[in-house]
Amino acid sequence: MSTTPRGAMEPTGPAPVSPPPAAPPPGGTVTRGVVRLDRVSRWYGNVVAVNDVTMTLGPGVTGLLGPNGAGKSTLIHLMAGFLAPSAGTVTLDGVPVWHNHLAYRRIGLVPESDGTYDGLTGWQFVLANAKLHRLPDPEGAARKAIDTVDMAHAQHRRIGTYSKGMKQRIKMATALVHEPAVLLLDEPFNGMDPRQRLHLADLLRAMGAQGRTVVFSSHILEEVEQIATQIEVVVAGRHAASGDFRAIRRLMVDRPHRYVIRSSDDRKLAAWLITDGSSTGVEVDQQEGCLRVQAVDVPRFTWLLPQVARDAGVRLYDVTPADESLESVFSYLVARPGPAREVAT
Amino acid sequence: MNLTIARLTTSALLGRRRALLLVILPATLLGLAILVRVVAGPDAPVGQPLLHLLAIGTMVPLLGLIAGAGVIGSEIDEGSIIYLLAKPVPRSVIVVTKLAVAVVCLLTFAALPTFVAGVIMSGRAGDVAIGFGLGAALAGVGYAAVFLLLAVVTRHAVVFGLAYALIWESFVGGFVPRAQMLSIQQWALAVVDKVVRQDEIEAVMGVFPALLLLVVVTVVATCAAGLRLRSLSLTESP
Repeated sequence: MSTTPRGAMEPTGPAPVSPPPAAPPPGGTVTRGVVRLDRVSRWYGNVVAVNDVTMTLGPGVTGLLGPNGAGKSTLIHLMAGFLAPSAGTVTLDGVPVWHNHLAYRRIGLVPESDGTYDGLTGWQFVLANAKLHRLPDPEGAARKAIDTVDMAHAQHRRIGTYSKGMKQRIKMATALVHEPAVLLLDEPFNGMDPRQRLHLADLLRAMGAQGRTVVFSSHILEEVEQIATQIEVVVAGRHAASGDFRAIRRLMVDRPHRYVIRSSDDRKLAAWLITDGSSTGVEVDQQEGCLRVQAVDVPRFTWLLPQVARDAGVRLYDVTPADESLESVFSYLVARPGPAREVAT
Repeated sequence: MNLTIARLTTSALLGRRRALLLVILPATLLGLAILVRVVAGPDAPVGQPLLHLLAIGTMVPLLGLIAGAGVIGSEIDEGSIIYLLAKPVPRSVIVVTKLAVAVVCLLTFAALPTFVAGVIMSGRAGDVAIGFGLGAALAGVGYAAVFLLLAVVTRHAVVFGLAYALIWESFVGGFVPRAQMLSIQQWALAVVDKVVRQDEIEAVMGVFPALLLLVVVTVVATCAAGLRLRSLSLTESP
């Protein structure tokens, strides 16, 4: 694993920006937007929700990854101008977003909450959003946004009758209706079925490829790595890691893993394992009747274990990862020394 | 004023079950007015107390609470307000538009029925109907502004609103005369007292201080609601 101190942690230092899109849309008029959080903290009384976070989010799709309660929604709300930072600044192209209603000309927000105007039809709702943006052709913009999210077939139904996924898509249409440079989505995949997830993932990738800055939060690594070109990991309000999905995946795989092993001869197996450098800790638990191993080189360890067992004449009954939960992965990331790390790729 | 926000607000306000109260209370008032007219004839002594206690004393504050808090409170509770706030529209425009919707609602469901009830009972479209109708309209404006502010400031606007209308205006005002000086109901009654020639109302203050207080409270409450909405956080805890 290779990590480097994150330059963006310094107030004036450069910050990593996700790679530019492959190509802008033909004839497209997408304006770019860069969201920057500079040493941002947000606390509620004694509870620190976001702790000294610095990040810069540019064109492309960025995933905010972290466990529940990590501060992802707070970060999205800070970026959207719905929360005042307790310390630091949040800007869009250098202009603060807090107390700046004109920023919404360039920001589209898909909130996590399902609260909408359920008595309206999808068409009426999206059209109202277009009119609130004072677009020159609100009907045309609403039609385009509804087509984009593939909701034309249900646009004249009341929103109250929509499924969770349909509601999510009509919310998406309201955020896209003014073709914003920055699209912020708070846990957009919650409650969606696999087909709806695929559709939304395609949509977000397309938005990113058009040159928009797309930022979405999620607590599911697979979800984020399929869509995002840049991943920002947030744990316990801290910016724990930053990089592309390969680097983050490697970081998570390469961390020390704990295994519980049950075999025909734990002591013999321990003696063989300890001679190899892939494990830093091997403990025979006589009370539980098992072997506890901490592996630092997981690929080598998983390759070595069956061979060692065969050579030693030991029969393996059970090999169980002891800490595979996402929370343990995040705990590892946040426990590493130093503040947020940019992962070298 | 923003017509799109007005339409969205009207749709959200009238699309709820509580909107039934907007119809039930004035229908009750009109039903009683017809009953009084049929049983006791025109200009019955019970007419003005009915308009005072039922219309201005009960119906207007309750409908003021439903409309004033309802134009924004439910949207804040459900989170749908975010679709208005995430637009390049000044928050003051949102507040003023919502107040206008609440006021129109109160003119329609409170002031107009009060006027019609007055016409029915007084037997002619005379000063009783006009006085109480005008009083209900002015009280409606004051209640709408105050309860809208409450809805922006707290998620318990209905509780505080009821406490104001039932405890402060009715109970405390009955024992502490000075408390009536800070009563929207009394400001409205001052106008009724001025307009109705042979009234049975004894206002605790003159019409001009009452109107001045009404204007000041309405303006201050509206400005405060606009400022609060500007800094409204939809996530109060992590």
